[in-house]
Amino acid sequence: MNRIIVGAHYGLRDWLAQRVTALVMIAYTVMFLVVWPRPMSYASWKALFAQDWMRFATLLLVVSALLHAWIGMRNVWMDYVHHTGMRLTLEIATILWLVGCGGWALQILWRV
Amino acid sequence: MPDLTAKKKRPLWYNLSPLNLPVPGLVSIFHRISGVLLFLGLVAFLYLLDLSLASQSGYAQAGEVLRTPIAKLLVIASIWALLHHMCAGIRHLFLDIDVGTSLHAARRSAFAVFVVSLALTVSIGVRLW
Repeated sequence: MNRIIVGAHYGLRDWLAQRVTALVMIAYTVMFLVVWPRPMSYASWKALFAQDWMRFATLLLVVSALLHAWIGMRNVWMDYVHHTGMRLTLEIATILWLVGCGGWALQILWRV
Repeated sequence: MPDLTAKKKRPLWYNLSPLNLPVPGLVSIFHRISGVLLFLGLVAFLYLLDLSLASQSGYAQAGEVLRTPIAKLLVIASIWALLHHMCAGIRHLFLDIDVGTSLHAARRSAFAVFVVSLALTVSIGVRLW
């Protein structure tokens, strides 16, 4: 039988993205446990985030977290919300929420 | 002649089997639950990062917020969610490269996810409290 497999073709891409972003977040966690200031104070906390490499690393963390959260939340909506209009609304709300969080994170990091 | 198309009132059968999931299944559903919790907690994390980096008084205020019992409970819940999600995720990455895919190994690693994430949550939680 000659079956043509159809689909949106984003399965492998999202599967890979979920794993790559997870690895980035694991790496950041390990790095953070090494560099977080002891003893903690405002000065040492601020000095940590004022470094360019830390800003860059945290930006990578934020972008990874947003992408990871989008793929995960989209899968949750697809599994449980079967009304198309409702699901689309929730998906759009999720995207807007995550993009908003990303903008906020940028502002926090580059204001330090 | 009886009406064959008439719908008979059938008893409902509620499928309660998810309540009796094997350990890898429990890891899986808690992976999802913890993921949704982390999505919801993202905004609180950004709020605290913003506050703590804004100014000396903001840093003190963030510390103040974190010292309330409600915040401590939420922080401990978030730490559990993060640890469970991360441990289950790492287990997933190993399964992806075909490590530990036998039934026995998969059950043991699923059990380990619960043991490690709960033990770390308790040890961090006790110190935070």
